[in-house]
Amino acid sequence: MKLKSLMLAACAAAMTAGAAYAEGVKVGMITTLSGGGAGLGIDVRDGFMLAMKKTGADIELIVEDDQRKPDVAVQLADKLVQSEKVDVLTGIIWSNLAMAVVPAVTAQGKFYLSPNAGPSALAGKGCHKNYFNVSWQNDAFNEAAGAWASENGIGKVFLMAPNYPAGKDMIAGFKRFYKGEVSDEVYTKLGQTDYAAEIAQIKASDADMIYYFLPGGMGISFMKQYAGSGAEKPVMGPAFSFDQGILGAIGEAALGVKNTSHWSKDLDVPGNAEFVAAFQEEFGRLPSLYAAQGYDTGLLLASAAAKADVKDADAFRAALEAADFQSVRGDFKFAPNHHPIHTIYMREVVKEGDVVTNKVIGVAAKDHTDVYGADCKM
Amino acid sequence: MRREPLINALIVVGLLAVPLWAYMADEPYVITLTTKVVILALAGVGLNLALGLGGLVSLGHAMFFGIGGYAAGILASHAQSYDPIMEWPFLIEGTQSMPVIWLLAIVVSALVALATGALSLRTSGVYFIMITLAFGQMFYYFTISWPAYGGEDGLSIYVRDHFPGLNTLDPIQFYGLCFVILLLALFVVARLARSGFGLALNAARQNEARVRAVGIEPYRLRLMAFIISGAITGLAGALYADLNRFVSPTMFSWQTSGEIMVFVILGGVARLFGPVAGAALFILLEEVLGGLSEYWHIYLGALLLIVVLFARGGLIGLLAGQGKGDDDD
Amino acid sequence: MNLILLIEQLLNGLQFGVMLFLMAAGLTLIFGVMGLINLAHGSLYMVGAFAAAAVAAATGSFTLALIASLAAAALAGVIVEIVVIRRLYDRDHLDQVLATFALILIFSEGTRWVFGSFPLYLDVPAALSGAVALPFGINYPAYRLAIIGFGLLVALAMYLLITRTRIGMRIRAGESDREMIGALGVNISVLYTAVFALGAALAGFAGALVGAIQSVQVGMGEPVLILAFVTIVIGGIGSIRGAFVGAVLVGLTDTMGRVLLPVLFGTFMDPSSATAVGAALASMSIYILMAAVLLIKPTGLYGSA
Repeated sequence: MKLKSLMLAACAAAMTAGAAYAEGVKVGMITTLSGGGAGLGIDVRDGFMLAMKKTGADIELIVEDDQRKPDVAVQLADKLVQSEKVDVLTGIIWSNLAMAVVPAVTAQGKFYLSPNAGPSALAGKGCHKNYFNVSWQNDAFNEAAGAWASENGIGKVFLMAPNYPAGKDMIAGFKRFYKGEVSDEVYTKLGQTDYAAEIAQIKASDADMIYYFLPGGMGISFMKQYAGSGAEKPVMGPAFSFDQGILGAIGEAALGVKNTSHWSKDLDVPGNAEFVAAFQEEFGRLPSLYAAQGYDTGLLLASAAAKADVKDADAFRAALEAADFQSVRGDFKFAPNHHPIHTIYMREVVKEGDVVTNKVIGVAAKDHTDVYGADCKM
Repeated sequence: MRREPLINALIVVGLLAVPLWAYMADEPYVITLTTKVVILALAGVGLNLALGLGGLVSLGHAMFFGIGGYAAGILASHAQSYDPIMEWPFLIEGTQSMPVIWLLAIVVSALVALATGALSLRTSGVYFIMITLAFGQMFYYFTISWPAYGGEDGLSIYVRDHFPGLNTLDPIQFYGLCFVILLLALFVVARLARSGFGLALNAARQNEARVRAVGIEPYRLRLMAFIISGAITGLAGALYADLNRFVSPTMFSWQTSGEIMVFVILGGVARLFGPVAGAALFILLEEVLGGLSEYWHIYLGALLLIVVLFARGGLIGLLAGQGKGDDDD
Repeated sequence: MNLILLIEQLLNGLQFGVMLFLMAAGLTLIFGVMGLINLAHGSLYMVGAFAAAAVAAATGSFTLALIASLAAAALAGVIVEIVVIRRLYDRDHLDQVLATFALILIFSEGTRWVFGSFPLYLDVPAALSGAVALPFGINYPAYRLAIIGFGLLVALAMYLLITRTRIGMRIRAGESDREMIGALGVNISVLYTAVFALGAALAGFAGALVGAIQSVQVGMGEPVLILAFVTIVIGGIGSIRGAFVGAVLVGLTDTMGRVLLPVLFGTFMDPSSATAVGAALASMSIYILMAAVLLIKPTGLYGSA
């Protein structure tokens, strides 16, 4: 009846001998499938489904659309917990929605796996034993970028982000390990589409490099306008503004831009090429970083479900903590605060044939972990 | 005139029967949904007073909804962290007591309505729509960029606020509380509409010159209506914060204003139970259509369009099958 | 902040204002002639941008893309006018708001259904890419200068259309007395459809022009719609001249607010909170401007009661 409630009850192949679980895991996915930000949610969902298909795990999945509204997300979480009685929740894309849903869900004894967004509050004081972040802590890409900039002799930077908590977190993350000087720090309106004034400031400043975080359409607008302005300062940012879905819309204007990411489609680690090919085969487009995160989340869940019964929370938690799966980003472990320890790479936007895409050019931070773990007491 | 009271009674029965059934059948989510209907209906009842009776098309009522929400969120967050709101010149501490929170939500919303209304009511028509929108947007951008209470991340209320003698965490008890408040608000609005104040307000909407001629200043009437309207919507905001145990700047967005207005129009402008019927229909559509397709907004849009074009007077107007009740008196 | 940079920022403000005018002109025309509040104007802007992106991808020609945006938005306008809008002219503003809000939902999700959830690619034409040197050593993007040119051209064309042509005469007659013009034998429903199509085409054209330097995605119309409403309300609804003045005022206020407020607060606060507070106030600046204008002139700068 419900097209959205795609019941995906793949038959459990007898995967591991001796793993005795009574029944499958019931998973509720709350993600953004309609409206402006739908592309990200669709990628996470598709990546997750691909992992289900690959592993054949015994998982029943219910997908719901949060429309990017926090109140809708909260109500969907209530529905999934109260009516559908799911064991695990996942899928939320945005920090503010995660802050609305995660504390309530984990307090009710459910597991939450974050396939995107890692607000600092949930990594530090607000951490919870049932909350696992499979993507990144919000500061991660920025800290790595700041460290890389210092090592590569960037003496002065121009920082820019939208004026909201995630934007300020990202800028604070960059400054944490950056040893050079900050020439300007500019906060723009959330949802701003015209950046002429900021670009004029950039051109007038004496910075060596621009570092910005402008997710979604904001980043597309800025990059197109920046490229047409005659400004020539190099540009860098976290991967969100240079992901596959976005590069398609920016085009050649983004060539040469450096960005930090934990994953790239050309990353030479076991299973990655296979994932990229399978995703393209299944959905007819290149996977994005969000698709990779959805895929990793699915793999993690399948690995835990194969090891332990979800009704035994302690055992299931231990199985998740082991992170016994082959991440498409290479080495992946959980820190004590259940946030990833993983390598952050530096990528550059290049043209391969007709496609504008990213290429890994080096490591920005090896085995990176967030700084908030010290405040986390589980 | 006879059919409308019957419909209203049916709506009340429905709002009692559905949660009761859900309680028996152990479907807590249905209770939560009905609670949402009741709270959003309350917000609509507030707007309907300004819109239906006063003819004040406000596209800024999200402002009051948000203020009520943040009153609850801010007081509760201070109470949870045992961190007083201010210590000087006198000590004010946070609280998790619903009556105190409601009182504050009502008072602050009313004060903001007084200030914005006094300015906005100098304009009329489309200009009034847009200036109320502008005030709403100012609050929206302010809360997004104001770091003290979470900015765009919003603010969580980890444990629902308390009401003496009730366990508010139990969905059915919280529902009962909201339902009683809605009935009280409907009662107050019905009494207001029939009072001298309400009659004069309605007359000012229909013919301003005639009201002036008998020596009544429409500006004051409208300002009073706008203040009461804002206060009721503010109270709804405080309840909504407790329903979700979360507040965020989205409560202030112009889409929220638009949705509250949609409830009122969908149900029937100036009908006492219009916002209740509208909110119920809207939530029902959202639930049913949301399950049909990823592109369910298309169907929602088409249905709204049909209602506007072919069902004048909204749902209640369609069922009651006659012109606006107030105009007949 | 030196003088040259200030001049460049003023130019940016002017250019942003002209961009807004392209959008606001159609909106104010439709309101002036038919008394209709059209929230779906932003959707027509989106239709224009998507049509342009699709045609540019297929043919590689930006000129064809611009023509396609005009045609697609005008066509969408004609269809919407005949099916929905003409039933709304004698309704009150409330019904118009709700009906056109419903149209936004249909247009947005319909576009997503056809084009998918990912932003489309649309770039400035090669001839207009890069920057040109202006006096005082300012390097200004050629495409933005072109937008200013287009905007001024549209403003002039609208002025001539309304003051010098037969259609303009009928539009003016329709604005002042709707029954009278019908009595004079003008086919009023054709006139209304034509005016709506013209407004829609302007919105679509704006969407294509602006889409080349912004993001062509579902939902791109709504933020611009709000700005356009602010613009025409400041200028006085129904007045083309008001829309132009309002657009330039909004453009300058927004741009200069973004630039100057953080500097202003920086004189007495630490840099980090100064930028945050300044940016917060800047994001509210145009709404404050609008409220202020309406308090002094309740029907906008050039509006009639």
